Amino acid sequence: MRAGSLIRVLLVALLLAAIATAVAIFVPWLPDQASKEGERIDFVFWFVTAVCIAIFSVVASLSVYSLIKFRAKPDDDSDGPPVHGHTGIEITWTVIPLILVIAMIVVSSVALAQNDRDPSNSMRVEVLGQQFAWLVAYPPDGAAEDMDGFICFNRGPDNAIEVAERCKTSPNLVLPLDQPVRLHLTARDVIHSFWVPEFRQKQDAVPGLKTELTVTPTKIGNYPFICTELCGLGHALMRTRAIVMQQSEFEAWRQRGAR
Amino acid sequence: MTVTVDEHGAPEAHAPSPAPRRGWRHYLLGPGWIRVLWMTPLFFGIGFGIVVGIRALAGWDPVIFWDAIIVVGALTAAPIGFLAGLGAFDYWLAWAFGQPTRPEDHSGHGARRWTDYFRINTDHKVIGIQYVTTTIFFFLAGGLMAMLVRAELARPEADFVDPQTYNELFSVHASLMIFLFVIPAFAGLANYVLPLMIGAPDMAFPKLNALSYWLLPIAGIMMLASFFFPGFGAGWTNYTPLSVEQPFGNVFFSMAVQWAGASSIMTALNFLVTIITMRAPGMTFWRMPLLVWANFTTSLLVVIATPFIAGSQFFVMFDKVMHTNFFDIGQGGYPLGYQHIFWFYSHPAVYIMILPGFGIVSEVISTMSRKPIFGYRLMALSLVAILMLGFSVWAHHMFVAGMAPWLRIPMMITTLLIAVPTGIKVFSWLATTWEGKINFSTPMLWALGFVSQFVIGGLSGIYLGAVPIDIHASDTYFIVAHIHYVLLGGSLFTIFAGIYYWFPKMTGRMYNEQLGKLHFWLTFLAVNATFFPMHIIGIQGMPRRVYTYDPQFGNWNMFISISAFVLGASFLIFVYNMVVSWARGPRAPANPWRGQTLEWQVSSPPPLFNFDEIPQVVGNPYEYGVPGAKHAVFNGDREVVEERETVRT
Repeated sequence: MRAGSLIRVLLVALLLAAIATAVAIFVPWLPDQASKEGERIDFVFWFVTAVCIAIFSVVASLSVYSLIKFRAKPDDDSDGPPVHGHTGIEITWTVIPLILVIAMIVVSSVALAQNDRDPSNSMRVEVLGQQFAWLVAYPPDGAAEDMDGFICFNRGPDNAIEVAERCKTSPNLVLPLDQPVRLHLTARDVIHSFWVPEFRQKQDAVPGLKTELTVTPTKIGNYPFICTELCGLGHALMRTRAIVMQQSEFEAWRQRGAR
Repeated sequence: MTVTVDEHGAPEAHAPSPAPRRGWRHYLLGPGWIRVLWMTPLFFGIGFGIVVGIRALAGWDPVIFWDAIIVVGALTAAPIGFLAGLGAFDYWLAWAFGQPTRPEDHSGHGARRWTDYFRINTDHKVIGIQYVTTTIFFFLAGGLMAMLVRAELARPEADFVDPQTYNELFSVHASLMIFLFVIPAFAGLANYVLPLMIGAPDMAFPKLNALSYWLLPIAGIMMLASFFFPGFGAGWTNYTPLSVEQPFGNVFFSMAVQWAGASSIMTALNFLVTIITMRAPGMTFWRMPLLVWANFTTSLLVVIATPFIAGSQFFVMFDKVMHTNFFDIGQGGYPLGYQHIFWFYSHPAVYIMILPGFGIVSEVISTMSRKPIFGYRLMALSLVAILMLGFSVWAHHMFVAGMAPWLRIPMMITTLLIAVPTGIKVFSWLATTWEGKINFSTPMLWALGFVSQFVIGGLSGIYLGAVPIDIHASDTYFIVAHIHYVLLGGSLFTIFAGIYYWFPKMTGRMYNEQLGKLHFWLTFLAVNATFFPMHIIGIQGMPRRVYTYDPQFGNWNMFISISAFVLGASFLIFVYNMVVSWARGPRAPANPWRGQTLEWQVSSPPPLFNFDEIPQVVGNPYEYGVPGAKHAVFNGDREVVEERETVRT
């Protein structure tokens, strides 16, 4: 490639990178961020976005330049130069993506490992998905798990899940600010999926299994709490709220109407 | 060398007309639609008898149990009766029973009139056209369902269809597009082109080829019929336990997948044997066009992976109809087992749905840029790399499913690694256009459009491969955007590139170039207007598979729905162009694109058995710009080439 065309391709690449960056910044992509785990997920999101903008502007500028510059004249029936390949170039475009991919794997793995931890001071909350509503249960301190690993959801005589009376229950997810929470999820009938977009965290609730998820709310607010796994006719309506409040307020709420 | 239609004549010149028909016995008992009309109910009756007989002998109540009768009689026995009536098994049965088999009078080859497309035909060229037209029919049916889905989603409230119908619409839409359009459309194009490209007179097993085509309409009709037995509304993924608790119509999907899967497997075996054993002299593996390489790797994927989805759907059906408990943990099953088996097919399936497209695009870009494909060997090897890696990434669909958390890391590594061979292909296509003489004909527009859409779909795939982002984006409209960029902007665009590219070869007529370009630009703009905003609303918090949603996404959804209707309308241009051009288009020359691969060295359409003399392959398939180079020679001009080779050495 001659220097002149290289400069032109670079200019196109810079222009496209600027447009892509503008799309990334000015379009409101991510919803509000309200959890510590969300901060790490957002970091991965923007890291991958930066890599993708780089790849996009290189690929797009080369194609735009090539397609404009090398279009055949209407009556030109000749062939292009018989270039069959170039080992150096081929190695380059194998190795550079490989390095970028490894970087993204490392960043993602670190964020995932941190988000998956169950901190020692975490508060336990149990979540039951059922057609078509969520049931959130707050076990009393120091209570023991049953064989299935739950405190609040026990198997009755007909194998159906019963909610223990000693647990406070709520249709909404109510959480105290800045307190790491370990969610223990299961489902009564079919698979459901826990998602609060502002927390970024998502986890399926599977009948017969226990799945876990850590959330540390960092912002007071009232957020949508949605089922994201198709669970039947009422799937679209299976949405409630996740409410984050001050510690003291939360304690008061928890005592109110406790069974 | 070029051979025109005039020199070779139409197919009828080669084959004697079938024997004159003799009376009512022939009409009733000979293979054909009249025999279908009585054999299909007969076989249904046999299935009915088996079920009722067993239940009566065992003393089960009720004796007439319709769930089992429909599965055994209507979904298993009746289709076999249909195939038998049509004559799919005639040759094998006659052979097995020691009866005289029908002599090879070539009457099963070629199409003399339009009705020949509606019978068992063993000509790969006829079967290829049967495949392509059938799959376009189901594409339009599936597209209509997408229009209804978008009509419901135009406004946030539930105001158009009821929830059950809505769930069935998107489930059947996806099933038709995957099993009745993308996968078989590629099989159809390759059916037509691949034997020509390797210099073979037909596929290795022509009768099997005919059978595998006729399994398709059975599968498609079953999926459509699920609407009348509500309902198949668990999504095409059909996750348990939801699928087991669905109404009875769900078994229509389970069984349709068996028929479509059997069709895929037979075709893939046929391709493998054809490619391995029927290449023309001189056609080494490293001289095969990339389309042949692509179908070779795809066929390996199909043969290895498809039995897994067949198994997973049998398990679901057994759980549903026979009350087994493969996936109920309370009864010793494992709920995530379904997802593992299902995705062990369905992830390789996305490569089944894109590798043949890679092959088509390689052909088109090289020919239309007038340059050899850049890095041919690496292009072939990257297909093999995708084939191998493709089997090690299935659980990236399950990052939030509740499987062992550590399993997400190896799955993320393989998932992101697969971006490397895919990137190699994109870079090689771009390098092929570099310094070329690019001819922006309709097939080239579709091929380049594919590359651009596939880059966007590939980049959103990187987001989804990174586990933390996938945890946020999983099961949202971001996923819907991603799959449509790779399957619609990806696979569909390559199918259109292939249809326009080989339309002159398949029909012997040219399509209308202006309408082709209009079709492309309208579709291209509408695809991006429809699917790009889905990234945004998905990331912002709109889950998929809902008929009503948060009003904050109302404006975007209205915009998406209007774009989707434009997208739907754009295909009417395509249908009009194909129908009118096939009937009245100008005659196509043998080699309108000045291509070097073998299918362009014979007339349009090709002679009955493709080659009147076996071609001798003497070089690579993409020798554009190399003075005097040829991919293959026929007897007539062999001396010329030998001369050239002497000069070279």
